[in-house]
Amino acid sequence: MDVVIVNLVGVALIALIVWYFWLSSSEGTAATVTAGGVQETRVVVHGGYEPDTIRVKAGQKVRLLFTRQDADPCSEKVVFDEFGIAADLPTGVEVPVEFLPERPGEYEFACQMGMLRGKVIVE
Amino acid sequence: MRDPVCGMTVGEGSLRVEGHPDLGFCSEHCRSAFLADPDRYLGESEGEGHGGHHGHGDSDEEEEDDVGHGFAGRRDIIHLSVEGMSCASCVATIEKALSSTPGVVAARVNFANEEATVEVDGAEVDALVAAVERAGYHARPVAEDAEAEDAEAEARERLYRTLLKKFWFAAIISLPVIYFSYPEIFPGIPPKGSTALNLIWAGMAVATLPVLFWSGGQFFTGAWSAFKHRTANMYTLISIGITAAWLYSTAALLFPGMFPEERLRDVFFDVTAVVTALVVLGSALELRARAKTSEALKKLIGMQPKTARVVRDGVEVDIPVEDVVVGDIVVVRPGEKIPVDGVIVSGASTVDESMVTGESIPVEKVEGDPVIGATINRTGTFRFEATRVGKETMLSQIIQMVRDAQGSKAPIQRTVDKVASYFVPAVLIIAILTFMTWYTFGPSPALLYAVITMVTVLVIACPCALGLATPTSLMVGIGKGAEAGILIKSGDALETAHRIDTVVLDKTGTVTEGRPSLTDVVVLGDVEEDRLLALAASAERGSEHPLGEAIVEGAKERGLTLSEPDDFEAVPGHGIAATVDGHRVVLGNLKFMADQGIAAGAAEEVLARLSDEGKTAMVVGIDGRLAGVVAVADTIKADSVAAIRRMHQLGLEVVMLTGDNVRTAEAIARQVGIDRVRAEVLPGDKAAEVKALQAEGKVVAMVGDGINDAPALAQADVGLAMGTGTDVAMESGDITLVKGSLTGVVTAIELSKATMRNIYQNLVGAFAYNTLGIPIAAGVLYPFFGILLSPLIAGAAMAFSSVTVVSNANRLRRWRPSFSQEVA
Repeated sequence: MDVVIVNLVGVALIALIVWYFWLSSSEGTAATVTAGGVQETRVVVHGGYEPDTIRVKAGQKVRLLFTRQDADPCSEKVVFDEFGIAADLPTGVEVPVEFLPERPGEYEFACQMGMLRGKVIVE
Repeated sequence: MRDPVCGMTVGEGSLRVEGHPDLGFCSEHCRSAFLADPDRYLGESEGEGHGGHHGHGDSDEEEEDDVGHGFAGRRDIIHLSVEGMSCASCVATIEKALSSTPGVVAARVNFANEEATVEVDGAEVDALVAAVERAGYHARPVAEDAEAEDAEAEARERLYRTLLKKFWFAAIISLPVIYFSYPEIFPGIPPKGSTALNLIWAGMAVATLPVLFWSGGQFFTGAWSAFKHRTANMYTLISIGITAAWLYSTAALLFPGMFPEERLRDVFFDVTAVVTALVVLGSALELRARAKTSEALKKLIGMQPKTARVVRDGVEVDIPVEDVVVGDIVVVRPGEKIPVDGVIVSGASTVDESMVTGESIPVEKVEGDPVIGATINRTGTFRFEATRVGKETMLSQIIQMVRDAQGSKAPIQRTVDKVASYFVPAVLIIAILTFMTWYTFGPSPALLYAVITMVTVLVIACPCALGLATPTSLMVGIGKGAEAGILIKSGDALETAHRIDTVVLDKTGTVTEGRPSLTDVVVLGDVEEDRLLALAASAERGSEHPLGEAIVEGAKERGLTLSEPDDFEAVPGHGIAATVDGHRVVLGNLKFMADQGIAAGAAEEVLARLSDEGKTAMVVGIDGRLAGVVAVADTIKADSVAAIRRMHQLGLEVVMLTGDNVRTAEAIARQVGIDRVRAEVLPGDKAAEVKALQAEGKVVAMVGDGINDAPALAQADVGLAMGTGTDVAMESGDITLVKGSLTGVVTAIELSKATMRNIYQNLVGAFAYNTLGIPIAAGVLYPFFGILLSPLIAGAAMAFSSVTVVSNANRLRRWRPSFSQEVA
C-alpha cells in the first residue's frame, strides 16, 4: 500500500516539476516608454532577473537598466546573444543595455553560464 | 546601388527593406540602422552616406552603432562620480542641472553609490562637471575601468574569504560528526540504540544546523531566487540533497516509532556537514580560478598610464591622464610610459610596443611617426601631439573589444545552453525516479536505500561544470589573443577560425608592405650607379607619384646627396623630365624615351626581366643618352614567407587576390610560395572571389587591410583585418591583427584551435562526468556488482568537477604562439 502511495506521490512530483519549470511561463512586465521614446525597464539581478520576462514593442529602442545586487560571480555578466551584447554588471552599479528589436519574437538573455535566465518578448 | 547608411556600394543580392525597392544594405547592421530612422538616410542615399563603412566617424554614426549592435551603454553614456550629496533631494537637483545642459539626453543620479549616469548626444564631460559644480556639488568623471575592476576584485576577495570561513566551520563540525556516525567502525562509541548515542546524535543534529544554514546559506538563497524565476540550478540540487539528509536523520532520531525496522533508524548528519563543506570549498576554489581567467583583461586595464607630462603655456606640467586633451604636446622621457595616442613632433626614440602589438622587438620612432598610449619609451626623449585620448585611445578600444568578446558566446555554447536549461529539472526527476525505484524494488531497508541514492543523485549532478566549460576557455583564449596582438571580436569568430581550410590573402599591404621601394639600379651607359641614382632621384623630387617617392627614398637610404630639380615636367602615364645640376634627366617608359629622342633599345631586355620579377622599371636618360634603368617594387613583408610556409604546414590552402597583372602577381606568389593566385581582380570583385571559394565548400578566412577589403572580409567565414600602427581597422574584421603581419594569421588560427580543443575537453569531461556519475549515484551498478556510491564521495566529485573545468581552461594561459617560440 505504502509503495503505491510513494509512487503516486513521485509521479505527481515529476508532473509538478515538468509543469513548473518547462510548461508554465510568467506573464512578464511591460516596459514603460520614456519621454525620449525609449522603452525602459529596471531589472534587478539577485540570484535571478527581476523581472525575468519583459514585454516590449518591435521597432522601438529598448533600454534595460540592470542593477546587480549579489556578489555571486555567476551574475557578473548579462548576455543578449541575438543582439550581440555582453555587459559587465559590477555589483551595485546601474548598467544600461540598449538594443533595437526589429522583429516580434522571444529573445533570451542570460548570465554567461546560462544559469540565470530571462527573456524579452517583442510584440 | 549604394547602401544609404554606410555609403558602401552594394549589389542586387543585398538586403532589402519593404517599400524601398531602390535601396540595398550591406549588412543587417545597416538595415536595422535604417529601419530605426529611415528619414535620416533617405535624403542622403545618393550622396556619400555616413563616412566610411563602420568607421569611427561622426557621433551620429556611433550612435547608430549603439542601436544596431546594441553595445551596452558604451559610447554615449558618461559616468560621473558626484560628491557632496546629503539627501535624496540633492538627487533631483543634480539631475535637473545635468538634464538642462545642452547635449544631454537624460541624466540619472544614484544616491547610494554617488554616481551620475548621463546619456549625452554631443555634450562634453567638462560641461557636465561644470553643471554639477554650479549646482553646488563636486563631480569628476569616473575612471571606470580601473575603479570598477578594483571594486570587483575587492568584492570577489570578500566573497572568497567568507566562503573559506564557511568551509572551515563546516569542516570542523564534520570531523566529530563523521566519527560518531559510524559506531560500527570507530571505537569508543556507545552502541546503536543506546540512549547515550541517541543523545550524541541529537547534539549532531543541532550542530549541523548552523552548517546547513550558515555555511550552506547561499545554497538556499540561490535555490529560492532561482525557484521564483521558474528555473533551477546547482543550488537547488545541493540544498534539497543536504536538507533531505538532515530531515531524514532528525526524523529517525525524534520519531523512531515511524521507522518500524531498527536498521532504518540511522542518521546521515555527516552527509549534510561534509557535502556542505566540500561544495563550499569547491565554490571558493572555483572563484579563485575564475578570477585568473580574466587576468589578460586585467593586465590590459592595469597598463593604462595614470599621468602625463604635457606642455601648457610653455611649461612642462604633470597632469592626470584623463585631463589630456587632443592637441596637447606631451613630453616622454626614456623608460616612461607613453600616456595617450599621438604623433611625434620632435625627437626620436625606440618604443617597446609589445604590450599592444605582441611584437617583441622595439620599434624605431622618428618625427611624424605615430605612438600608441601605454607602450613604453625606451631610449630617447621626444614630444608628441596627442591625437586620441580617453575612451578613444587604442588601448581603451582594445579593452572594450576584449571585454565584449569575452562575454560573447561561441556557437557551441548555444547547444550547451539548451542542454543546461533542461538539466537541473531533469536531475530532480531522475532523483525522484531513483527514490521510487529503490523504494519499490530495492532490498530492505528500502526506505534507507531510497533516501541515500536520491541524495547521492542530487549531490553528484554538476550543472556548473557544463555551464563553465565554454565561457571560461573563451575568456582565457580571447585574453591570450589580446596579449599576442590578436583581437578576436567574438566567440563566433574564435570558433569558426578553427575550421578554416582556405586562407585568402589580399596582396597589397598584406603579403607586401603596400608601398613601393627601390629594388634595382641597372647601369647601361657611362654614368656610374650612384650618380645615376642621385640624378634620377633629384629629378623625381618634383614628382608626387609614389613610384617617384620610392626612388627618392631609396637614394636617401644609400646616403646620396640630392639636388633641387629645375624645369620639372611630368607627362602622366609616360614619365618625367627635369634639369638637375645642369644635366637634362628624363625618366619613363620606352615610348617616352623615343619621344625625347633617346635610343633605348638596349634597355628592352632588362625591362622584360624586371617586369617578370614583378617590378616596375623606368628607363633613365641623361643628357639625351641612355644611362640605365631603375626599378621599384612593392616589397614583401619580412615574415610573409615564413607565415605562408607555416600555413601550408597547418594544411591550409593559401590563395592570393590582387588587382595586379598576372605577371606581377605570379612573381610575388613565387617568392612567398603561394600556389593559387587570382590576378586582375577588381576591388569590388574580391567578395565574389571569396564567395566562389565558399561555393566550393571551403571555409574561407580573408585577410585584408580592413578598409578596401571590407566587403570581402564580411563575406568570408572569418575576416582578418590587418592593423597598422594606431590605425587599427577594428570595425571591419572578425579578428584584427594589431601588428600588420601574416604571422598573426597563423597565431590566430593556432589560438582558435587550442581554445576549441580546450573547450571540447571541458565539454566532454563535463558531459562524461554527469552521464556516468548520475546513473552510478542512482545505483545502476548495485544489481550487478553491489556497488553503491557514498553521498560523501558524490559531494567531493561534484565540488571538484567544476574546479577541474576552470583549471583546465586556465591551462590555456600557458599557450604560446609557434612564431614567438621560434624567436625565443
